[in-house]
Amino acid sequence: MKISVIITLKKDVLDPQGKVIHQTLDGMGFDDVNEVRQGKYFEIDTKETDNDKAKAKVEEMCKKLLANLVIENYKIIDLK
Amino acid sequence: MKSSVITFPGSNCDRDMDVALKKFGFKNKMVWHADVELPKSDLVVLPGGFSYGDYLRCGSMASKSKIMQSVINFANSGGMVMGICNGFQILVETGLVPGVLLRNKYLEFICKNVFVKINDKKNKYFKNVDNEVLEFHIAHNEGNYFCTNDQLKEIEDNNQIAIKYCDENGKIEDQFNPNGSIKNIAGIFNKEKNVLGMMPHPERMIDTSLSGEDGSLFFKNLINNLK
Repeated sequence: MKISVIITLKKDVLDPQGKVIHQTLDGMGFDDVNEVRQGKYFEIDTKETDNDKAKAKVEEMCKKLLANLVIENYKIIDLK
Repeated sequence: MKSSVITFPGSNCDRDMDVALKKFGFKNKMVWHADVELPKSDLVVLPGGFSYGDYLRCGSMASKSKIMQSVINFANSGGMVMGICNGFQILVETGLVPGVLLRNKYLEFICKNVFVKINDKKNKYFKNVDNEVLEFHIAHNEGNYFCTNDQLKEIEDNNQIAIKYCDENGKIEDQFNPNGSIKNIAGIFNKEKNVLGMMPHPERMIDTSLSGEDGSLFFKNLINNLK
């Protein structure tokens, strides 16, 4: 079973990389962008076949390793 | 006094730390990250470097390595644990000290000497240091200390801020903050102050012909405080 996870920075955390990407987009002519926030994307292929169990395990992975909950949020977006 | 320096894959300040500790009288042992047992130690040091290539988040992989459970147990039982630079990043990832270290504010790798002001001397690391200000070296890409407002309040209430970036006279202002850290924080303690994480490298300041000697002051004082 494949599961996808998106990690994003929390709202109040400064994202200097996102800011620079925004500035660069602006310089390229994409001047209608309000804000850019950079995040991380994971695809996890697990042996677990039960949807709920797989989701629970990935959630544990997020809490213990994939995300740092002081600054990041995680979202499990895809189960297939 | 016995010390242990943990070497992770990608550590590169481990041998500098070994030289510094031995120079000031520690009997130091190098410990591999995959070991399970920690040798009997009065001080454990997590050195600087780029453990696991800084993958995922700096220090995140190293914080889960086998030896770290022993280091965490050692710290929780009151043992002295000091993390320098990447070692500080590893400490925040274990949760032994609060907060996180973000990318430097202006996205540049900073490698230069800085001045830090000692914020608290009621601990074994800085007790009896005569100076208020020390000149150390920093070299990092992710040293921008960040924590939640609740954490900051707790850190300040408990006097957990160890050192702050300042000028040579000890003036703490934004312009002397190299990386955007909240409140110019360069190093913090855990609540009990037996665990210290800091971005500056005292081990790079132990030889006047190479750099300076404020690191010598730090290590001489540290071993005396531990005796």
